[in-house]
Amino acid sequence: MVTTGATGSRVSESAERRIGPITLFRVFSGIAVTGFGGTLPWAHRELVERRGWLTEREFVETLGLGQVLPGPNICNLAVMVGQRFAGYTGAAAALVGLLASPFMCMIGLGLAYHWFGVVPLARGALSGMSAVAAGLVLATGLKMTTGLQRHWRGWMFGVLAFVGVGILRWPLLGVVLVLSPLAVAAAWWDEAR
Amino acid sequence: MSRIHIISALFGHFLLLSLIAIGGVTTVLPDIQRYVVDTQHWMTAAQFADAFALGQVSPGPNMMYVTLVGWMIAGWGGAIATTAAMVLPPATLTLLVARARSLSPQARLGRAFRGGLAPITLGLMLASGWILVTSVDQRWPGYVLTVLTIVLVLRTKWNPLWLIAAGAIAGMVGLI
Repeated sequence: MVTTGATGSRVSESAERRIGPITLFRVFSGIAVTGFGGTLPWAHRELVERRGWLTEREFVETLGLGQVLPGPNICNLAVMVGQRFAGYTGAAAALVGLLASPFMCMIGLGLAYHWFGVVPLARGALSGMSAVAAGLVLATGLKMTTGLQRHWRGWMFGVLAFVGVGILRWPLLGVVLVLSPLAVAAAWWDEAR
Repeated sequence: MSRIHIISALFGHFLLLSLIAIGGVTTVLPDIQRYVVDTQHWMTAAQFADAFALGQVSPGPNMMYVTLVGWMIAGWGGAIATTAAMVLPPATLTLLVARARSLSPQARLGRAFRGGLAPITLGLMLASGWILVTSVDQRWPGYVLTVLTIVLVLRTKWNPLWLIAAGAIAGMVGLI
């Protein structure tokens, strides 16, 4: 991925390094358990600043690709980093490392919910947390509006997606399959002008 | 429906959803909710909102609520099914296209993808938040807390975890 880039600066010393699947598993486990409230800052600190596995630019580019693809960004990043240093085994090791502890943590929370979910105190805590969680999601959406291009067509696609899925409760698959190709084609066409 | 049927149904549905989860797994929340609450009646809207809220306090990727949804519906098998189905197709796709320079942020196709999909991601994010707001049978203090959270996230750099903790405390002392 790195050595054939158009510019020489893309080649980093880390490109030829081999890192074993076990190390990959360990490092991504570490990123997962420290990453409360967002794993990306921790991934950056660990992969770029502490270990130097990726240069700043490689991190941004890997992340950028992860954003185009479906699925959780951080999982796609783990897969790409793992594959680069240890092939398919590495990709699997990094991904499993990233998910194992959070998975067990969710089971633990599930058990707690099962046992205490109806206790009034827990019910109160959960309704408070749900109200905040809803606010967090809405705020993330609103934050993204600042990065949007000031073109009415982009806003139109955003509004259509919101109304179709959120208000009218149409099936997501249909809405995404209709809107996405149109939106990407429109963006492609805008670039040509 | 037997447990194994439920698990395979979950797996199949989440597999499909994972491939349209552009901009993360929160954007497919409306469809997961629709499927498990409205279509299959496997859980109530309030339970779903609880699962999402608990997912926010978990470490790791911002998608762990799907694990809890699977667990609450069908135990360990359900948890493994929803998590694997949500992660494996995008991971495979990533391995296949990771070397495609045409999708890089500089390439035109990559820019068209990012620029084109960004507003849709945004619309779906707001739809997810809206569905969470409406799926809890709240009284006005809950709405106030939601609005307060939005303001604090936009105005400060506080870790979201503190806001969730504050929400939990407010709920425990009976404010919500």
